[in-house]
Amino acid sequence: MMDFLTSRAFKGRVFVLLMVGLIVLPFFLRPFGLLLVAMWMVHAVAALGLNLTLGYAGQISMAQGAFVGIGAYCTGLMTLAGVPYPIAFLCSGALCFAIGWILGYPALRVQHHYLAFVTLAFSTLVFLVMRNEEWLTNGIYGLTDIPRPILFGWNTGKAQDFYFFTLLMTSMLAFCVWWIIRSPWGRAFIALRENPVRALSLGVDTRRYTLMAFAMGSSIGGFAGALYAPLVQFFEPNSFSLTLSLKLLLMVIVGGSGTFFGPFIGAATEVLLPEWLRIAQGYYLIIYAMLVMVLMMFCPTGIIGLGERIISHLRQKKISSERSAQAQAMGQDKVAQTKSDTQGGAGQ
Amino acid sequence: MTPVLQVTNIRKQFGGLTAVDGVSFSVNEGEILGIIGPNGSGKSTLFNCVLGQLQPTEGEVRVDGQLVTGLRPCDLNRLGVSRTFQLLQVFPQLSVRDNLILAGQEHRGSMGTRLFGARDAGLTDDANRMIEFFRLSHVADEKAGGLSYGQQKLLDAAMAFMAGPRLVLLDEPAGGVNLTMLGHLRERLQAINAEQNATFVVIEHNMEFVMALCDRIIVLAEGKVIAEGTPDAIRSNPEVIEAYLGH
Ligand SMILES: Nc1ncnc2c1ncn2[C@@H]1O[C@H](COP(=O)(O)OP(=O)(O)OP(=O)(O)O)[C@@H](O)[C@H]1O
Ligand SMILES: [Mg+2]
Repeated sequence: MMDFLTSRAFKGRVFVLLMVGLIVLPFFLRPFGLLLVAMWMVHAVAALGLNLTLGYAGQISMAQGAFVGIGAYCTGLMTLAGVPYPIAFLCSGALCFAIGWILGYPALRVQHHYLAFVTLAFSTLVFLVMRNEEWLTNGIYGLTDIPRPILFGWNTGKAQDFYFFTLLMTSMLAFCVWWIIRSPWGRAFIALRENPVRALSLGVDTRRYTLMAFAMGSSIGGFAGALYAPLVQFFEPNSFSLTLSLKLLLMVIVGGSGTFFGPFIGAATEVLLPEWLRIAQGYYLIIYAMLVMVLMMFCPTGIIGLGERIISHLRQKKISSERSAQAQAMGQDKVAQTKSDTQGGAGQ
Repeated sequence: MTPVLQVTNIRKQFGGLTAVDGVSFSVNEGEILGIIGPNGSGKSTLFNCVLGQLQPTEGEVRVDGQLVTGLRPCDLNRLGVSRTFQLLQVFPQLSVRDNLILAGQEHRGSMGTRLFGARDAGLTDDANRMIEFFRLSHVADEKAGGLSYGQQKLLDAAMAFMAGPRLVLLDEPAGGVNLTMLGHLRERLQAINAEQNATFVVIEHNMEFVMALCDRIIVLAEGKVIAEGTPDAIRSNPEVIEAYLGH
C-alpha cells in the first residue's frame, strides 16, 4: 500500500485524475471560478520557471515577478499593436530568455544572499521602467483592453474558452519543464546546486549551465506573463512589483523546491486558498503567515517534502511490523520443527 | 615517450605564504605515482594547480605534451583527466547511479543532444558495471547522502573513473576508510590500472597503502620535493624520516 503511494503508477493515476478534473471543471464552475483556476495555472507556470532556477540549479532569484511583467508587457503591447498572439507569445519567451541569460552573469561571481540582492535590484529596475517610461508602457495607467487570442478560428474570448486555452498552454509548458528536469540537464542542474566545484571537476560546464538555468527559468516566467496579459486583459506596473517576485519565491518554497509538483501546490496555496478562506476575512493573512512559519520550521522541504516524510514514516512502521510478524512466524516454525524432530526421534 | 603528465616548476603563493615552491615531476603512462608529505606541505595545493582549480603563480602543466595551464577544470576533465578531492565530495541528493551517470554524461554528445536525447545519456550499463565493480549494488538506487562514509568514499572514487580517464589524481582516497575497505579499494585501483592502462597520481598519508600501491613516490616538505624514488628507497631515506619525525 505504502509502496503504491510513491510508485509511478500512483503518480500517473493522480495526474490523470487531476487532468480529467481540470477538463470537466468548466461544467461546474461559474466564469469567475474558472478565471481563478486559470490564474492558479499562470502562477504555477511562473513558479515552475523559478523552481528550475532556484529549486534545481540552486540559483536564488528575486526577479521572477519582473520576468512575468516583461512577458506580459511584451505580449500586451504586441497584441494591442495587432501582432498575432502566437508571435507575441514566442517573443515574450525569447525576450525573457535573453534578459535572463544576462542576469545570469552576476551569478557566476556571487551566490546566495549577494545574488538575491543583485536580482532584487534588477526587479526594482524593471518596475521603474514599467512605471516611468510612459512612451513605451503607458506608465501608471498600464495597458487596457488586451485582446484574447483567436487561434485557427477558435475565439478564446469567453471565460470557458480562455480557460481551456490556458489549460492547454500550461500543460505544454509543464511538459517542457518536466522534460528538462528529467534530461541530463536536470541532473547537471542538481549537481550545480549541490556541489559546483565537484561538478566542474567532472566535466560539467557550470558557467553554461548557470546561465542556462537563469535563461530558461526566466523565459518560462515570460511565457507565464504572456498568458497573464490576455487573462486579466488589464494590468499596471504594480501587478509586477517586488511583491510578485516574493510571492513566487514563497510558492516554490512552500510547495517544495526542487520537486516537479511543488510549484503547483505552492501556487494553489497562494492563489486558491485566499479565495476559499474568504470567511476568515482579515485573519486570513495572519493564519497563512503562521502556517508558513510552522511549515518552514518543521519541514523546510515544503508540502511535497512533508507528504514524502509522512509516507516514509508509515512505510517504516509497516516494515517493522512486518518484521516482527515474520520473526514471530519464524519462532513458531522453530517450535514446529523441534516438535517434528522429537516426533521423528520417537518414531525411530 | 612523452609522459602523460609533466609538471614543470609549479609555484603557488597565497599572499606571503609559498604553499608550493617550484615542484617538477612527470608521470609515464600506466604508472602509479605516490605523493607523500607532512600536513600542510602543499600536496593538495599542487593538485589544485595541476587541475585548474587554482591558477599557479608560476610554472606549467602538460598532459600528453599539450600545454593545459589555464584550462578550466571541466575542459581538462574532458581531455581525460579526472580527480577526487581530499574531502569527500558526492552529490547527496542524487542516487548512487545518478552520481555515476552525471560523472560520465558531459563526455557524451553536446549540450543539445543531452537536452533532447536519452535521459541516462546511454550510460546506465556503464554505471551498473561501475556499481558492481565497486561493490555498491545493494545501494545503487539509494541517495548518496544516505550511504556510510566508506561507501561514499568508494562512490567518490568510482565517479572519477566513470568517463574512462587516462589520468586520475586521487587526494587521500584511503582517508577515513576502514581496513577491509582499504584492501578492497587498493585492489580496485590496481585492477583499473592494469585493465585500462590508466595512470594514477595518489596523495596518501597511509604509508602501508602507498607503499603497496605505488610504483614510485615523491616526498614533499614545505612546498618542495625533498626525495623521489621507489617505495623501498623512500622508506629508508634519512631525509624523509627527518621530515616526518623531525617536527
Ligand atoms: N586557499 C588558500 N588560501 C590560503 N592558504 C592556503 C589555501 N589553501 C592552502 N593554503 C595553505 O597552503 C599550505 C598547503 O596546504 P595544502 O592543503 O596544500 O597541504 P596538504 O599537503 O594537502 O596538507 P594535508 O596533508 O593536511 O592535506 C597550508 O599552509 C595551507 O594553510
Ligand atoms: Mg591535502
